[in-house]
Amino acid sequence: MTGLYISVLKMDNISELKQSITQLVSRQKLAVLSSFGKGQPYASLVAFAATEDLKYILFATTRSTRKYTNLSLESNVALLIDNRTNEETDFSYAAAATALGRAEEIRDPQRESLINIYLAKHPHLREFVTSPSCALVQVTVQKYYLVNRFQNVQELHIQ
Amino acid sequence: MSVVIPLSPLQEDIQDRIGGKAHALAVMMQKKMNVPEAVAITTEAYDIYVSETGLRTKIMMELNRKSHENIRWEELWDTSLRIRNMFVNTPLPDDLHEHIKKSVDTYIAGKSVVVRSSAPGEDTSDTSFAGLHASYVNVKGTEAIIEHIKLVWSSLWSDASLLYRRELGLDEHKSSMAVVVQEIISGEVSGIGFGQNPNDPAQCVIESVYGLNQGLVDGSLEPDRWILDRDEGTLITHTPADRIHALYPSEGGTAMSELPPELRAKPPLTRENVMEVYKLVMNAERIFGLPQDVEWTIRENQIYVLQSRPITTLSGSGKDDERGWYLSLKRSVENLKTMKHKIEDTLIPALQKETEEMAQAGLSLLSDDEVKNEAERRRKVFDSWKKTYWDYFIPFAHGMRLFGTVYNDTVHPADPYEFLTLLSTGDIVSIQRNNILKDMALQVRDNKRLVHDLKKGDYSNPAFSRLLDKLISSHGDLLCRSPHCTAEIPDILNIVIEMASAPGRQGSDNQIVKKREQVFLSHFNGHKREEAAEILDIGRASYRMRDNDNIYMGKLKARVLDAEDELLRRSSSAERKPSSAGHFNSLSLSDHEPVSDTECDSVGAEEGFRLQARQITGQPAGPGIASGSARVIKTASDLMNFKKGEIMVCDSIDPNMTFVVPLASAIVERRGGMLIHGAIIAREYGLPCVTGISNASEIIRTGDRVTVDGYLGIVIIDTEEHLTQN
Repeated sequence: MTGLYISVLKMDNISELKQSITQLVSRQKLAVLSSFGKGQPYASLVAFAATEDLKYILFATTRSTRKYTNLSLESNVALLIDNRTNEETDFSYAAAATALGRAEEIRDPQRESLINIYLAKHPHLREFVTSPSCALVQVTVQKYYLVNRFQNVQELHIQ
Repeated sequence: MSVVIPLSPLQEDIQDRIGGKAHALAVMMQKKMNVPEAVAITTEAYDIYVSETGLRTKIMMELNRKSHENIRWEELWDTSLRIRNMFVNTPLPDDLHEHIKKSVDTYIAGKSVVVRSSAPGEDTSDTSFAGLHASYVNVKGTEAIIEHIKLVWSSLWSDASLLYRRELGLDEHKSSMAVVVQEIISGEVSGIGFGQNPNDPAQCVIESVYGLNQGLVDGSLEPDRWILDRDEGTLITHTPADRIHALYPSEGGTAMSELPPELRAKPPLTRENVMEVYKLVMNAERIFGLPQDVEWTIRENQIYVLQSRPITTLSGSGKDDERGWYLSLKRSVENLKTMKHKIEDTLIPALQKETEEMAQAGLSLLSDDEVKNEAERRRKVFDSWKKTYWDYFIPFAHGMRLFGTVYNDTVHPADPYEFLTLLSTGDIVSIQRNNILKDMALQVRDNKRLVHDLKKGDYSNPAFSRLLDKLISSHGDLLCRSPHCTAEIPDILNIVIEMASAPGRQGSDNQIVKKREQVFLSHFNGHKREEAAEILDIGRASYRMRDNDNIYMGKLKARVLDAEDELLRRSSSAERKPSSAGHFNSLSLSDHEPVSDTECDSVGAEEGFRLQARQITGQPAGPGIASGSARVIKTASDLMNFKKGEIMVCDSIDPNMTFVVPLASAIVERRGGMLIHGAIIAREYGLPCVTGISNASEIIRTGDRVTVDGYLGIVIIDTEEHLTQN
């Protein structure tokens, strides 16, 4: 209950907003991915990493998963990244970023440099991500929606 | 469960649990000073209450709606009102209730008591902030005592506490409040003693009134004052008061009574009494090691000490810190009654007379020098009225708040703002002005011929021109000389024609208001009912004045500008162009209003990125929900181009701008609060209203589709991009 957060993530102006999103995407390891296939939305947890400029989000998935099938049918996705702690303080202090964008599988030659970004955050997933059955997916983010203080919402559009 | 602790004998290591005030009483009891019997309700009781009922989370959510630096003083009052209402409407958990009830029955045994705050750390020498938390005098009966304990708990989050939250270290996770329940001693005379005069360290100060000292402490009674030499106790001066009233216990509280002539003529303290108080104060200083601020009372020649705390003054009372000024706006019923008479019977008639005389003066007949002198004189007159505005009109607005508190304590409504519906009685000048416009719109509706004539500049229709004359003669200045508006007749007609195409808006329902008034008054009997009616009357006068004062000042302002314009017309200097904006800046009424929050240029864009506000939380200030196209009001033409159904978005609404409100479907204002002009006019027209949206007129652009949720205090912005996407 006490002092889990030093303060609410700020978003009153563009630099605060970017800083807050950066803080969220760098500190959180997992995001909820929303994909869509055969008329049905589908949510799953993915280990992700974002590029420093916030323009791309990376995650890895094996090609036999439902999410991978969905992505090959519909590339528009949403990702939710939040810092909730499952305490009542969440209603005041938690923040959540929803990223909207388009997903594509990254193959060589870009794959190697992007894998390094991904592994810098998740070094223990080396075996997983380098497996021939695993796809590295890059989401080109069009906009972020950041929610704080329960119901304040600001958008960051990436041009 | 040790939630109630008697103060004697003094237990060790207990200060954090019973708070500074209770601890000081316990120490004085131990030192055999004459202290009325008391028990402390410990901080554990507060903690159990807010944790088990879920209030702690609600308080946290309430306090974190917006960032603290974006919250205005008026919004703090709203926040604390909402929190207070949560306490009023949340009963104690059964176990806790039973435990407190048993202990109170045992220790207090049917006596009348004073219920006081005793926050941990409150009365240490670092953080002694007198008057931030609540005290209730003459409470009788266990259930009433428990209700008042809740009210004292809620004052941990009073607007005053929230103002000083940083200094107090107020923290919604950790802060707690103990309460002292102390037998009331109804002395013949009471007062305070300052062991050290804040203005002269070699002196001490004693103040005294007849009856209870509550009237002295809350500022409604003027006390006799004695200044003594601190070391010797010798009398230096005695300043007698104009003794007229005294406060005495009355059923369920206190009541102000007139003093009989023999007491009016006699100081409340004899020389011997003064010495006795002096000794008491010095004794308290010896015990606590620091000069003390002591409250005492004398009953049947026996002196009792009611509380003692170190003398400190509110920190941050420097020039840039206006929190002390804000707190001074809080007035007692007596003070508000006096103000009401003065404002209604003397000040407003004088202001209107002065304005009228200026309007009658033929400026064109004066010589150049005379015009110059007249312009200077008018500006001085305006400055003097501006002082009156800040000294009387602004503090009088506290009447609404006072009524709100009394109403909520009595009726326990689910909606903490329900009281506002009782305040509107339709006699606001801006509404009268809008009613003429409405009548004009009715003439125009379904009369294409008249619309055609009016558009051509033909105003000869007799019924219509009568109304137009009435509008211009009684309210012309409102339209034509306000800071935002230099309307000419065609502009007014545009508004009227626009209004004609919109169905009339309904204001508040008189039946409901009448019913609520009856329910409110039915809680009181006898003279208490008269008092309640009086407080409602003050609330209504305060509500009217809140809007009307700006209208009256606006009229005076227009007359000041008449003289300055005449002067400019006669001036041959090319550099001096008539400039209404310049005039109005220098004739602004706003001295204490902090200006808009952020520099907005930096808010919205950075290379490769753009920020777009989507959903912003402010204050719910008028219930309802509406969507429409935004009209951001920055200039006069924004007002004149207002179309029916649009959402009015404004930095700060002035009553002189509200003639377009009947066309609006909702109001959004940057300034926050329930009692600001935007909120008042929205309520009059039953419009959804959200106030306290930081940078409202910057983050919303004219044409954006906006949804105003006046229930939750949220504004949702749909840019065109959203619309095409959705």
